[in-house]
Amino acid sequence: MESLFKRLSWISATTILLILTSIFVVLFLYAKPAIAEYGLKFLVDSRWGVEVSQPTKPQVSPSTKSSATKATPTTTPKDDNIAVNDEDIAVSDEDIAVNDEDIATDENVAVNDEDIAVSDEDIASQVPSSADEAITADDDIDIDETSKHTKVIYGGLVPIVGTILTTILAMFFAVPIAMGIAIFLSEIAPQSIAKPVGIAIELLAAIPSIIYGMWGLFYFGPLVASVFGGSSVSLLVASLVLAIMIIPFMASLTRDSMNTTPNVLKESAYAMGATKFEVIKDVVFPYAKKGIIGSMILALGRALGETMAVAFVIGGVFTFPKSLTDPTVSIPVVLANSFAESNGISLNVLFYLALILFIISFAVISFAKFYFLRDKK
Amino acid sequence: MIMHIKDFSFTYKGASKPSLKNINLPILENKVTALIGPSGCGKSTLLRSMNRIHDLYPGNKYEGEILLKNLQNQKMENILEIKKENDFIALRQRVGMIFQKPTPFPMSIYDNIAYGLKLQGIKDKTELDKRVEDALKGSALFKEVKDRLNDDARGLSGGQQQRLCIARAVALKPEVLLFDEPTSALDPISTSAIEELIVELKEEVSIAIVTHNMQQASRISDYTAFMYLGDLIEYDKTETIFLNPKQQMTEDYITGKFG
Repeated sequence: MESLFKRLSWISATTILLILTSIFVVLFLYAKPAIAEYGLKFLVDSRWGVEVSQPTKPQVSPSTKSSATKATPTTTPKDDNIAVNDEDIAVSDEDIAVNDEDIATDENVAVNDEDIAVSDEDIASQVPSSADEAITADDDIDIDETSKHTKVIYGGLVPIVGTILTTILAMFFAVPIAMGIAIFLSEIAPQSIAKPVGIAIELLAAIPSIIYGMWGLFYFGPLVASVFGGSSVSLLVASLVLAIMIIPFMASLTRDSMNTTPNVLKESAYAMGATKFEVIKDVVFPYAKKGIIGSMILALGRALGETMAVAFVIGGVFTFPKSLTDPTVSIPVVLANSFAESNGISLNVLFYLALILFIISFAVISFAKFYFLRDKK
Repeated sequence: MIMHIKDFSFTYKGASKPSLKNINLPILENKVTALIGPSGCGKSTLLRSMNRIHDLYPGNKYEGEILLKNLQNQKMENILEIKKENDFIALRQRVGMIFQKPTPFPMSIYDNIAYGLKLQGIKDKTELDKRVEDALKGSALFKEVKDRLNDDARGLSGGQQQRLCIARAVALKPEVLLFDEPTSALDPISTSAIEELIVELKEEVSIAIVTHNMQQASRISDYTAFMYLGDLIEYDKTETIFLNPKQQMTEDYITGKFG
């Protein structure tokens, strides 16, 4: 029995480690072509899905904007809304499939998908007026041209910055409020209030994130926009919705760890003439410190990786937010929005982004763990 | 007489019967008064009334008077009339308390002792240092911890922690110290160290101690009160209580016939 128990715990511990490693390895393998293609420049390049003309060497610095646009009027590097474009592409894809079956069969199926995607955008921009023949001609030329003279550049800086900003802002909003709730519940409120409120908060923590997203999009976003200006999908709204999501989580964990402070310890502080505030500040908080920081770390991890709620309210636009009320994008949102339409190198790019998200979360959480929870001598 | 408990009754929140009934007990100045009695007789409840730590939990009911001597004008003041938080703080700094289990705060040894002093408003570093050192010397802990004043107090042994708690209370220069079974969680050596300390401390403060251990009561106390089921059965000099108790019940308890 004893040895069985030992073996079981060994097995479960190893399984977790194996799963973790395999996630990392898979992400890395899928991301490898993108890493080879874009290297570490990916991290500092703010362009996403932008064509550049014929790079003999794939070296592109973010500053060279002149080379970023091509002669053909396709994508504008700064203000293009990828989410919208994607929809357009999808539509035009269908159009092509329905209307020009012969074209689809005539063309080489194995043509680089990416190029098709690009030319599809061309179609999207021109399709409303022109006839089918013109498009096909255009199409063929484009394919030839793009395969020789252009490539699509992906840079992850915008989503990386978006992720970090939303997380930091969300923690900034959430931590004080969650601490306040926890203190209220564990130290100030009488039992008759603390119990029902505590249960309500635990229920809030159990609401699926997509519901927060819908609520944020249809109610909270417009509300925030009417107060602070800007659009109803923005960095600010995303951070606030994230904060609202992690508050109950953090508050109930913090309350639980504050409740572990022995009554006699609090009494002995009171017996030395401390006020309630001083007892909370000097005894309860230091005593529950590990649990409180642990709850923050868990909430941080949740905020970093949150997808659905943020996807609804962040806007999904590949631009840096100039102010809090501007829309932007975060890594999980990019992944969720673009996975369905990606293949080839663009899929690898998504894996590269996923790998970056994995590494960011891992680094942040291990840093927090080692820095805040180390044993002071 | 530094404290005088007069016709004191105490009812816990939601309880139908009072836990303490008409207690009359003096606490004499610079003497050790022991409260003995079987479990559940109300010793700790009485002790906890004496600095009104009960008031942390609302709904309890006091009746009667607990008088505490004001050392400035030598008048007895009823502490049950205190309502304001500031007065509670002042009271608890005048009437310190040591609990059953050591309760070091989650901070360094130095800060544990300086904590109450800082609450009193002492900010001057040299004075703090001096008061901390005095308190540590006064509780016979200074030699053991002088090299690690900045270590976490929770790293000390149980006996040291308890002496730290005493030092912490003594540093505030209280008038009365209440000990709630201070040695019940400690080994015999730590226990005797603390008993010695209590006997030394009575030079400076008046002490009330709740104890389960009758030998301890007879060793360290000057006066002893025997309580049973919320009543004060007998109060007298310790020798009298242990050698010729007036009440049959006291004698039975002391000789181990019940309890």
